[in-house]
Amino acid sequence: MMEHLLEVNNLEVKFKLRTGGLTAIDKVGFTLDKGERLGIVGESGAGKSVTGFSIINLISKPGYISDGEIIFEGKDLTRVSEDVLRHIRGNRISMIFQDPMMTLNPVFTIGEQMAETILAHKNISRKDALEISVEKLRQVHIPSPETRLNQYPHEFSGGMRQRIVIAIALLLDPAIIIADEPTTALDVTIQAEIMELLLELCEKNETGLILITHDLGVVSQVTEKIAVMYAGRIVEIGSTENIVANPLHPYTRGLIKALPGSRGTGEKLYQIPGSMPNLTEMPKGCAFHPRCELAEGECFTTVPELMQRGNFRRLAACHKV
Amino acid sequence: MILKLKTLLFDKIWEKLMFAFITRRIIQAVIVMLIISFIGFTIKHHVGDPVRELVGVSVKASEREALREKLGLNDPFFVQYKNFLKNAVKGDFGISYFFKKPASQVILEKAPATLELVFASSILIILLSIPLGTYCAIKPKSILSRLIMGMSIVGVSIPVFLTAIMLIFLFAVNLHILPSYGRGDTVPILWGMWDTGFLTLDGLKHLILPVIALSSIMLPLFIRLIRAEMMEVMQTEYIKFAFAKGLSKKRIWFVHAFKNTLLPVITVGGVQLGIMIAYTILTETVFQWQGMGFMFLEAVERSDTSLLVAYLMFVGVLFVVVNTIVDIIYGFINPKVRISGTK
Amino acid sequence: MDKWKKFKESYFLYSFLRDPVAIVSFVVFVFLVLASFTAPFTAPYDPYDTTTISIMDSEIPPVWLEGGEKNFVLGTDSQGRDMLSTMMYGMRVSIIIGIGAVLLQAFLGVVIGLLSGYIGGRVDAFFMRLADIQLSFSTLMVAIFISAIFQTAFGVGKYSEYAVPILVLIIGLAEWPQYARTVRASVLGEKEKEYVEAAKVIGFGSRWIMFRHILPNTLSPVFVISTIQVANAVMSEAALSFLGLGMPVTKPSLGSLINLGFEYIFSGSWWITIFPGILLIVLVLVVNLLGDWLRDVLNPKLYKG
Repeated sequence: MMEHLLEVNNLEVKFKLRTGGLTAIDKVGFTLDKGERLGIVGESGAGKSVTGFSIINLISKPGYISDGEIIFEGKDLTRVSEDVLRHIRGNRISMIFQDPMMTLNPVFTIGEQMAETILAHKNISRKDALEISVEKLRQVHIPSPETRLNQYPHEFSGGMRQRIVIAIALLLDPAIIIADEPTTALDVTIQAEIMELLLELCEKNETGLILITHDLGVVSQVTEKIAVMYAGRIVEIGSTENIVANPLHPYTRGLIKALPGSRGTGEKLYQIPGSMPNLTEMPKGCAFHPRCELAEGECFTTVPELMQRGNFRRLAACHKV
Repeated sequence: MILKLKTLLFDKIWEKLMFAFITRRIIQAVIVMLIISFIGFTIKHHVGDPVRELVGVSVKASEREALREKLGLNDPFFVQYKNFLKNAVKGDFGISYFFKKPASQVILEKAPATLELVFASSILIILLSIPLGTYCAIKPKSILSRLIMGMSIVGVSIPVFLTAIMLIFLFAVNLHILPSYGRGDTVPILWGMWDTGFLTLDGLKHLILPVIALSSIMLPLFIRLIRAEMMEVMQTEYIKFAFAKGLSKKRIWFVHAFKNTLLPVITVGGVQLGIMIAYTILTETVFQWQGMGFMFLEAVERSDTSLLVAYLMFVGVLFVVVNTIVDIIYGFINPKVRISGTK
Repeated sequence: MDKWKKFKESYFLYSFLRDPVAIVSFVVFVFLVLASFTAPFTAPYDPYDTTTISIMDSEIPPVWLEGGEKNFVLGTDSQGRDMLSTMMYGMRVSIIIGIGAVLLQAFLGVVIGLLSGYIGGRVDAFFMRLADIQLSFSTLMVAIFISAIFQTAFGVGKYSEYAVPILVLIIGLAEWPQYARTVRASVLGEKEKEYVEAAKVIGFGSRWIMFRHILPNTLSPVFVISTIQVANAVMSEAALSFLGLGMPVTKPSLGSLINLGFEYIFSGSWWITIFPGILLIVLVLVVNLLGDWLRDVLNPKLYKG
């Protein structure tokens, strides 16, 4: 077996609240190889962002990683010291957040915010750091990057800001980029551009990508592997091609059906009836059963395990498949 | 770094700040001063009798009437107001009947005492509140933090004059290590215009208790403010991103979070100056500190309206000046404000 | 009965019972209020009754010191009044003025804030400018000024006679900007909300909309400020009385007592100033602590750990 670049096993994240404990994600596991692109899909609250954050342990209190392991470059990131972790963040594994206006500090110049990232990990001169920054800005197609270094975030448009954020993520040529809803906060017209840019750069540098989004349409075009999350668990995981062509889990099937265009023009848009349960009020048995047309018997009592189906590397958590 | 400062100073000040910003502030300042002067004049006009102040009671009614005419006291209200303004601009606020000197002169003599007190207190507040507030924000659950916050509530609950009294009681009356009133020995500087207490040991000793008293209310306020602001900043996306970039904690706290915390603190700080001036009245009274605050109180007791009005105007000018400076400093730190001046 | 049950199960009570500071503060506060308002019945002497006061009794130390007398547990002041009684009456005055002033400021501030926020335009600009100026000068300064003017205009005698309502008026006038600003901010926020549009479409008049619909939603921050403002009002009154611009020496509040006793700390009779001082601190402190607790409870943001 080839060793994976990133291997997540049995990840569990809990939140300690005044009113009790809450499990945000449970038994989450997947692998990522060099240059591979994985999409984590699900609706708001399903736990995809929490999964993304937990890889580099950025979960804010009162959340914490309660179980599982995250193996990256030979180390288990859940057990490693804060110092080691700090040197992985931004350097070997970078992260991009949703809203670039909120991501960049409004009172510092772009140059400052880029140079400091490099200087936090490499012992080079400020001048050199700024030069690298200029180069990366060029790669994300920002015109006249040298002058831009002295400008502030609010002087750029939304799309350009996200490009800058991507540039920052790539500054130290990381092995993996985690992108949490990178285009959701942008204008629809810019979304495709930014997604394409991200794709292009990842392919060029052989950077692994974990794309977290609720948009199955985007994921189906950009990624090679998809993990579908529901109520804190992965319910289906497999290659993009397979999942889109032949979804197994009823939820995944519903998502695919809900894609505009999948039903032909003039047809009513499909919507999965009901809504995802609140994590504090999870139904007994399979979390999806209240909305599932196949639900019966075991579905109401036992939580289905993620299991191998067929001979392709496909896993699904359902009693009825 | 120095080069950057130079470009900052020259480019930014002259181009971006000068025009739109400062003109606006000046206009606002003039309006505020007009309102204050109007209130001041109305007070002067309706309260107290200038003639009686000048010549006492034992003067004949007819002579008094003549004096009234001569002083223009029988002119219509707005004519008198106009004259008042004309004089005010020249710095003439009439004569203090008690000190038998021009009111403006009295104020200028007393101002250094108050200004030194306020200055020293401000330094103390800045030097203490920033480290303490930051610490409480970074480690909110530590014992030291809880202690500091606890003391803050107590500090805010003790009125300034009471702190002053208790300090005197403890250090002067019981322990005899610090003086209980007055400024001590002062040394004239700036061509005799300013009597400073900073340059003598005695002066400094006299400064200690009043400064502590004056700072005692503002310090807890600032500590809580800095702590609250910083805790809010720490919850922002850009701080989270800073962590995601792998920056060191020190850099995140003391560079990123700090600068963003500073902004609202500066705005509030400017406003607190007003409160500080009110508190000098209280502090100076307790310590018999010969500053403007003490002078004001005595003027109230003696109905010395010229002094009252002069004080009001002086404080008004002080406010406007300080607020403008605070705004300029704010503009320096917050780039969004800076840029909006030009384009 | 139903409302009581709801209260018993509410988060409000739950968090109160779990916070020792809040409980202690509340108990102390109730005790102080009861002590001061039952003063006419429970105080050993009546400090306003000049026939019971003798100058021969002046400056007697508290009972546990040498020279103290059992009749005067906390000693007497420079005029021979019993410290304990005078403090109790004084506290009553302070509390009355404190609460009265806050009621006035709240009323003024809420009304002005509502009008300012809802009507906008010139009305808004005027009031907010006025508020700005008042706030810049600091409300304490404004209070000192107004009281100075009143005293010079009415004369010290008349001023002392009507001191309580005058002080309520002064502090009320000086502190309305806080309320106005908060309410206005709330109104501006609520104005944009859909239910206002809906009400307008249905045809409700402005005044109706303002009072019946917008007002209830702006009340929560008003309650939060109010406790702090009571503490501030008590302190302001104390400051004014200390400066001689507040309650007269014949009907002293805690502030006037402190003023009276100040010079005596040098000659040894420290209790005249220190005891009222401590009482004042305790009173303000418990109000502040309760206010802090209230703010925490009403503020959902702080629910996260």
